[in-house]
Amino acid sequence: MAVADQPTRMFGQAIKRREDPRLITGKGNYIDDIKLPGMLHAAVVRSPYAHAKINSIDTTAASQLPGVVAVFTGADIAQEQNPLPCAWAAGGVQNNVNTPRALAVDTVHYIGEGVALVVAESPYIAYDAMELVEVDYEPLDVVVDAEEATREGAPQLHENAPNNIVMHWTCGNQEAATQAIDSAEVVVRQRIRNQRLIATPMETRGYVARYDAATGEYTEWMSSQAPHVHRLLLAAFVLGIPENKLRCIAPDVGGGFGAKIFVYAEMAALLYAAKHTGYPVKWIESRRENCQATAQGRDHITDLEVAGTRDGKITGLRVHTYANLGGYLSTIAPGIPTTLYGRMVSGVYKIPSIFVDVKGVYTNTAMVDAYRGAGRPEATYAIERAVDLFADEIGMDPAEVRRRNFIQPEDFPYDNGLGMLPYDSGNYEPTLDRALELIDYQGFRREQEEGRKNGRLLGIGVTSYVEVCGVAPSKWIGLMGEGWGAGLWESANVKVHLTGKVNVTTGSLPHGQGHETTFAQLVADELGVPYEDVVVEHGDTQGTPFGYGTYGSRSAAVGGTAIYKSVSKIKEKARKLAAHMLEAAEEDIVFENGKAYVRGAPEASKTIQEIALQASVAYDLPQGMEPFLDETTYYDPPNCTFPFGTHICTVEIDPETGKVNVLRYVAVDDVGNVINPLIVDGQIHGGIAQGLAQALYEGVVYDENGQLLTGSLMDYSIPRADMVPHYELDRTVTPSPVNPMGVKGAGEAGTIASGATVSNAVIDALSHLGIRHLDMPYTGEKVWRAIHQQ
Amino acid sequence: MYPSDFEYAAPTTVQEALELLRQNPEAKVLAGGHSLLPAMRIRLMSPPLLVDIGKLSELKGVRADGGVAIGALTTYHDLEASSELAQRLPVLVECASNVGDPQVRNRGTIGGSIAHADPAADMPAVVLALGAEMKVVGPNGERTISADDFFVDMLQTALEPGELLTEITVPPMPEQMGAAYEKFKHPASGYAIVGVAVMVHRGADGNVSDCRIAVTGAGPRAQRARAAEDALKSGMDVAEAAARASDGLEYIGDISASEEYRANLVRVLTKRALTRAMEQLR
Ligand SMILES: Cc1cc2nc3c(=O)[nH]c(=O)nc-3n(C[C@H](O)[C@H](O)[C@H](O)COP(=O)(O)OP(=O)(O)OC[C@H]3O[C@@H](n4cnc5c(N)ncnc54)[C@H](O)[C@@H]3O)c2cc1C
Repeated sequence: MAVADQPTRMFGQAIKRREDPRLITGKGNYIDDIKLPGMLHAAVVRSPYAHAKINSIDTTAASQLPGVVAVFTGADIAQEQNPLPCAWAAGGVQNNVNTPRALAVDTVHYIGEGVALVVAESPYIAYDAMELVEVDYEPLDVVVDAEEATREGAPQLHENAPNNIVMHWTCGNQEAATQAIDSAEVVVRQRIRNQRLIATPMETRGYVARYDAATGEYTEWMSSQAPHVHRLLLAAFVLGIPENKLRCIAPDVGGGFGAKIFVYAEMAALLYAAKHTGYPVKWIESRRENCQATAQGRDHITDLEVAGTRDGKITGLRVHTYANLGGYLSTIAPGIPTTLYGRMVSGVYKIPSIFVDVKGVYTNTAMVDAYRGAGRPEATYAIERAVDLFADEIGMDPAEVRRRNFIQPEDFPYDNGLGMLPYDSGNYEPTLDRALELIDYQGFRREQEEGRKNGRLLGIGVTSYVEVCGVAPSKWIGLMGEGWGAGLWESANVKVHLTGKVNVTTGSLPHGQGHETTFAQLVADELGVPYEDVVVEHGDTQGTPFGYGTYGSRSAAVGGTAIYKSVSKIKEKARKLAAHMLEAAEEDIVFENGKAYVRGAPEASKTIQEIALQASVAYDLPQGMEPFLDETTYYDPPNCTFPFGTHICTVEIDPETGKVNVLRYVAVDDVGNVINPLIVDGQIHGGIAQGLAQALYEGVVYDENGQLLTGSLMDYSIPRADMVPHYELDRTVTPSPVNPMGVKGAGEAGTIASGATVSNAVIDALSHLGIRHLDMPYTGEKVWRAIHQQ
Repeated sequence: MYPSDFEYAAPTTVQEALELLRQNPEAKVLAGGHSLLPAMRIRLMSPPLLVDIGKLSELKGVRADGGVAIGALTTYHDLEASSELAQRLPVLVECASNVGDPQVRNRGTIGGSIAHADPAADMPAVVLALGAEMKVVGPNGERTISADDFFVDMLQTALEPGELLTEITVPPMPEQMGAAYEKFKHPASGYAIVGVAVMVHRGADGNVSDCRIAVTGAGPRAQRARAAEDALKSGMDVAEAAARASDGLEYIGDISASEEYRANLVRVLTKRALTRAMEQLR
């Protein structure tokens, strides 16, 4: 292991995650592990109707059940709390914001919306009492499809949103795109659907709320990706209390995939229950509730029009999308199909004329918001399907079409003409070349041709992608029309104690990404202390500086940079103090690998531990220097970062059953510099699994009454280990110029690329049968029908 | 996901278990609990008493004499690990190893699967194809039910209230026997969208002398594909027989598979299972 005088860099080392021994041996501390004296248990009575008026709620029988402490309704809580806020009013959302309350008051808008909260001495009693709450519903007409919801005569969800429109947003140049399409040699049109997904973190949501009547302070433990944001939104918007009267704590978080970014009704309801019962109250979401009531992802209907020349140049792209946002707006919902989708729809290609038109729509379904990739998987799916359709139309190899349209290295920073920030850096072709080489593209094409003669259905799919992460410059996301209601910087505090041990507190919030390891690697390097001496703390609004949380693959690029800068400040102070200790001039002091010495005389050095001791005991400090090494940074990034890469997979389809078998999966990603390759590979693996699962297995199904038919893991297929292939990974490294570490972000790349990759492979396997497109997921039956309808 | 209140008893003798069931008509037998407990957790079932038969060790294990007798409480794992079965009825090993995951196979029992009669469960198809018999003991003593009569409807069997399934017996098999199980898994549940178990015997004349084909998943219960059986016995080849496998069956269609697709799977899996079973004939 690295010691102070051993200059092995931790940056780039594939060390195992230090959080794993505790997490995989059952010693983690999740919400359900929290047990407080006198703690009560809550259960939420949920609507069995997708759209209904609540005529009355009778809680008498439930309240009388022994062991029940209280039963609250929406009307009770509405006297004290406001609706949840929508924090990202992107795309012109203004007067038609409709957000949920802690519990519905007079109307329910989707199956599973909470209408009453039962609080009891045990969860068993709470579940018994739920059955005794009598709700008189008056069912209303239901609409679940986003396009249908906008039609004349469709059921209306909210008075302030005529035709159920949340927002109608456009970007790009409509005139230019129209002209490009009208005058093109080739135009391909296709409707595609990007189906709705359930995020399915292994740990469902859960909260424990406590109220201290003596001080008027609330504490809430929450399975959350962004506890500081939750504190802010709950205190300032929902409860109307000073922010410093609420403390939010996220202990170990068992996955989120975006779904735990948001403020939820149960968070608010529990705070109310804790205050009004006088006891701590716990609520743990069941898997069924997770399927019904936790925000979901994707759900786009898109009409693609791609124009180009017969020699493979794409000249125009027009995209019309209906984005289903569900019964209400979740916390950042409007920003996903606009900023993070519409502005990224051109992908890795230099397309002269593009126009994107997005309608956000209310329907009687669960809310839709950010889910791993958030907008970019949808954008990648749209453009990568478009490129394959175009290639098919002109009879050119799809890999070659990609190559002919790539943005070139000299084009960076690149403005895509869609109002996105300039792409920071990139070199796309090497990722394509490497991926083609790894998969032996030509060899597979020959095998495919041979196989087809014998009735084998072999396919190969290529996706080159770029995504935006490391979000975001506050000025851009908040001020310049993107509608984000706050900043998106990160903060970090670094302390070097008297003993030389280091504490890092970060506002970013790991829920599976391994921050405790990666950030310690970073600090160990920069400060020159042993990796083991660095402890990374997070998750408690009382103990950590404000942070916006972990999502959008931003933790290394934004949160990591804040740490880096705090360490730089510590090094600066250490140099000053070392100059004093070595009786030398400050400008002659070099700080390197944890030691400060006079340039040219490294034998007489002061270690960072010695300097920390001196700074702490403070007997002898330079004039005016404060004791202790303790620095905080608030870092607002100047730009986002734009990872990219190429994924290729091969599939074979069983013609008799339609079952798709993935043969090989190759991913060549460029996420900038890599701090810990093991963690990055893990992120890519998990990411690929999620996108591949969208292509092959997952998909929410509501029936026409808004009943959720995929309401459990018996019906909703998430990928298991035996359902994903072996992954073959490689990388190119194009450092980001945006931050001093040159990192981009790796949390979502896999998901962003893999859905389109598998999709293109499946359709390629069927293309000789005249099949141009199929919507995901490619279930056996769907593929079998496609084959046999030809 | 919390069940309603229930009582729990763990009798140590079959008589004691039967007595408890007689006194509590609403009680449920608890074997591995891997179908019962999930149903209780979502309150689809709320039995006031669980009679845990886990201590009835006489219901566990595989015995071979002329045929093979399998105790109702034998777990999938024990089926997989049984050398007797590996030798004499490998199709049962194959089927057991196709159920769920290791945790499920460590707890779930063959008797529980058969008594529960889930329309998508694996074991019912295999015991039906093997022509097994179910030994049952109840308030009126012992009786035997053939697999053909056992599976009545969705989650319904010929078991009477208060009866306990104790043993599954498979009759002695001729030397020239082949059997196989083919399953198309539901990607979410891992149960069978369709599963097909086949058994073929060859007579001294070299022709197929007996054939039983049983289908699970397609309809409300495990069913024989008699049209295909007859076709094979009448001398048709595997492809021709398999093409008839979907005839005359009852079907269920749902979001995971339509009736038409299930019928297709019945034909395809029958062909594959028959092909493998025929290869085992020497
Ligand atoms: C995650 C998971 C995956 C699964 N995957 C599959 C799969 O792929 N294929 C498959 O076939 N099954 C699958 N199962 C079901 C599993 O096989 C069950 O274990 C089995 O169906 C029931 O057996 P059990 O011993 O658990 O019975 P229990 O759950 O204890 O009982 C089931 C029912 O049978 C009754 N019963 C049990 N034993 C007797 C008896 N001896 N006499 C009378 N009545 C009795 C009980 O009263 C109850 O009504 C899965 C289960 C789970 C949880």
